[in-house]
Amino acid sequence: MSYIQTPSQTVGPYFAYGLSPVQYLYDHSSVATGMVRTPQTQGQPITIVGRVLDGEGKPIPDALIEIWQADAQGNYNPQDSDFKGFGRFGTGPDVHNRFIFQTIKPGAVQGQAPHITVVVFMRGLLVHAYTRLYFSDENTANAQDPVLQTVPSDRIATLIAQRQETGEGIVYQWDIVMQGEGETVFFDV
Amino acid sequence: MNDNQRDWEVHPPYSYPPYASTVLRAPAKPLIPIKHSLSELTGPVYGHESLGKYDNDLTKNGIRNGEPLGERIVVSGQVLDQYGRPVRNTLVEIWQANAAGRYIHKVDQHNAPLDPNFFGGGRCVTDNEGNYTFFTIKPGAYPWGNHPNAWRPNHIHFSLFGSNITSRLVTQMYFPGDPLLAYDPIYQGVPEKGRELLISSFDLSLTQPDFALGYRFNIVLRGDKATPFENQ
Ligand SMILES: [Fe+3]
Repeated sequence: MSYIQTPSQTVGPYFAYGLSPVQYLYDHSSVATGMVRTPQTQGQPITIVGRVLDGEGKPIPDALIEIWQADAQGNYNPQDSDFKGFGRFGTGPDVHNRFIFQTIKPGAVQGQAPHITVVVFMRGLLVHAYTRLYFSDENTANAQDPVLQTVPSDRIATLIAQRQETGEGIVYQWDIVMQGEGETVFFDV
Repeated sequence: MNDNQRDWEVHPPYSYPPYASTVLRAPAKPLIPIKHSLSELTGPVYGHESLGKYDNDLTKNGIRNGEPLGERIVVSGQVLDQYGRPVRNTLVEIWQANAAGRYIHKVDQHNAPLDPNFFGGGRCVTDNEGNYTFFTIKPGAYPWGNHPNAWRPNHIHFSLFGSNITSRLVTQMYFPGDPLLAYDPIYQGVPEKGRELLISSFDLSLTQPDFALGYRFNIVLRGDKATPFENQ
């Protein structure tokens, strides 16, 4: 017996108090925020920062970004860990409309380079978009990654977050371009 | 194509110009398929520990000094995967406008009144048969700037996880017989085959005497072939 999938609809402009209330200062708890790690989480602490740009290159102030990643050993949802690997961040509160995730660098998963799955929701997206973040200091692993190998070579750079060492630690910078010049690769997952 | 891929015969396209916000935000280049064996076969797990006492009762979770105004409703349904298996213990999150068609969101500038006793957000976790239930207030229609005299039909926003990252779904539930559906580009962006699936049905068996009308909204998530069938 098979059933028809319920169709997707846009998250709209007013998701904040439903999906990310703490970050938007509503009086309600959040299931997930941009703080993905705890002080106990093993692995290299990193920060991921970026903007979501529309077809005119303008930062989008009402996008919701979710990330899903493995732990430092390359495992998802390990039973014995407090590391959920899931984060959620809206681009409204930051003055530059950035998303900011504080997490740890994931380990390699099943023959793939270390990466983070990124899901993009916003007003104007009737279906959420899937992409992936890879790391600029993993050139060797990236060159052998089976998913990156399916991406046209002139578009691979859109998936690589650039590593920077700052006073606040290791920061990976990565913008998501929805459309046009430098359009980020989105996947049919 | 794997039969548990996103079914583009029912999901709306990215670019749908009648919905003006898609014009600068829809990806323009074709999506690149990821082999199912390479996509993440797990997803975040949120259970009852994520829930507060009145999280599934929007008639209570925003109360400050009285009852929220409007028509109380029960919204309940079963979450199945496309193979008909109940999706158990999965988080369901909702948010909506109040009875007057106003969101508490700071960006909502509609001049309908806020209700001091209505928050409009809630969450619950499906039970062992995949069922969820919310108590809430029927949301009002509200105007938006998409085109002249544009109004959104009454709707409740839903977010679900399912078994893994590919089953993630954000959608909207509508109400039967709403005349605004015919004029709403967000609803009309769904191919005809999928539209009816977004409309809840009035259900007398869910209706609670002297308290609230019942609406049923069943939800079907993408299946996960990696999960073995149970009764086999
Ligand atoms: Fe809405």
